[in-house]
Amino acid sequence: MRSAPTIVVVDYGRGNLFSVCQAVAKVGGAPELSADPAVVRAAERVILPGVGAFGDAMEGLHARGLDDAVKAFAATGRPLLGVCLGMQLLLGASTEFGDHEGLAILPGHVDRLPTPVPGGRDKIPNVGWCRLEPVRDGVPWSESIFRGVKPGDFAYFVHSYAAHPDPGHRLADIEFAGAPACAAIAAGPVAGCQFHPEKSGEVGLAIVDAFVNRL
Amino acid sequence: MPAARVIARLDVKGPNLVKGIHLEGLRVIGDPQAFARRYYADGADEILYVDIVASLYGRNNILEVVRRTAEAVFVPMTVAGGLRALDDVRDALRSGADKVAINTAAMVRPELIREVSEAFGSQCMVLSIQAKKIGPDRWEAYTDNGRERTGRDAIEWARRGVELGAGELLVTSVDREGTQKGMDLDLLRRITAAVDVPVIACGGVGTPEHARQALTEGGADAVAVASVLHYGKHGIGALKACLAQAAIPVRTSA
Repeated sequence: MRSAPTIVVVDYGRGNLFSVCQAVAKVGGAPELSADPAVVRAAERVILPGVGAFGDAMEGLHARGLDDAVKAFAATGRPLLGVCLGMQLLLGASTEFGDHEGLAILPGHVDRLPTPVPGGRDKIPNVGWCRLEPVRDGVPWSESIFRGVKPGDFAYFVHSYAAHPDPGHRLADIEFAGAPACAAIAAGPVAGCQFHPEKSGEVGLAIVDAFVNRL
Repeated sequence: MPAARVIARLDVKGPNLVKGIHLEGLRVIGDPQAFARRYYADGADEILYVDIVASLYGRNNILEVVRRTAEAVFVPMTVAGGLRALDDVRDALRSGADKVAINTAAMVRPELIREVSEAFGSQCMVLSIQAKKIGPDRWEAYTDNGRERTGRDAIEWARRGVELGAGELLVTSVDREGTQKGMDLDLLRRITAAVDVPVIACGGVGTPEHARQALTEGGADAVAVASVLHYGKHGIGALKACLAQAAIPVRTSA
């Protein structure tokens, strides 16, 4: 029997890391919270979580030397999963509270969700369960972290900003304000979820399982 | 477009799940974790833990309950009751909570709303409003589980709270809470018209029809239910099936 795969969860002083670790443990992984750049560089698999504002998170990473560590880790070609703001940080830049540079591991930028019609069910922040849909000409689900997800499955979102990745890296969309918004991205060993897989019930656990045990 | 949410509300006193009427007259129901796990398996979209004695006695022992719940429950959790400062919020988030709902401390010092939303994001700052009807089309905000008047107009307070950075409102009708006689739809209509953030309706659900009314006529984004679940009158699945039949989008798979 092989030992449980170790998943380094990057701890830069932001967000609900406890739940991410619980989800990793639930699917048989061994979560390891770390703020040590050397641990991140040497990891087998890394989860980059994040809650809050883009610029603040980049500062948190930079102050600990974790921005370079995550970039160096990504360059090794080992599996990396960004969650929520952690997914947005993988891209080049964001306009949240001013212009900020991201980790630029994947091309793309982050911008505010389109303004919904007042009085409707779409609001900013977009809080709640939205249906995941495949993207035409995007990444197929069968070989991705979405291998256990069915079109129309629900995931839990909390965000005011949305990613605009390379069209070929789009893994899933949701519908917001009458248009598609990016729900997940994938490019080889790098993936990201705008939603919180650790808070998305059994669908979310299937995604975490795919990342921990199969990718 | 997000689905309408059905939130299981669990009032906790010490180690026990309890339930009262009008936020008073508590009965012990059982072990909160066991109930939270069952509601998760039944398709609850969120878990709301309310430490109902925290603001009376200044205790905050609910975080252990949250931590243990987070081992097996993978939907968002909100903690309410007795949170007074940024450190309390940080401790709640570290224990596995995703949001905090604050009433009394925000009433005492409204700037706390701004501080929490700036430090942790507005998505985790839920303003809890306990509203009691005091006249035609007028509601007063209360604190301490509907015991203490504040003199504040509940609708105005909702508006102010959102200006300060609240990302969501938890609106409890003190008059309807625990009665299972239906939600205060006028209150919900007024609040959902006054703010543009999601509103969770709480207090009074006795039938699936009550939940439907809050989500359609009341304009709420979510309903929090307690008594009907705890006493086994209606399960989450049955509630959601009724909402789906009424063409309200709900999350159907667990």
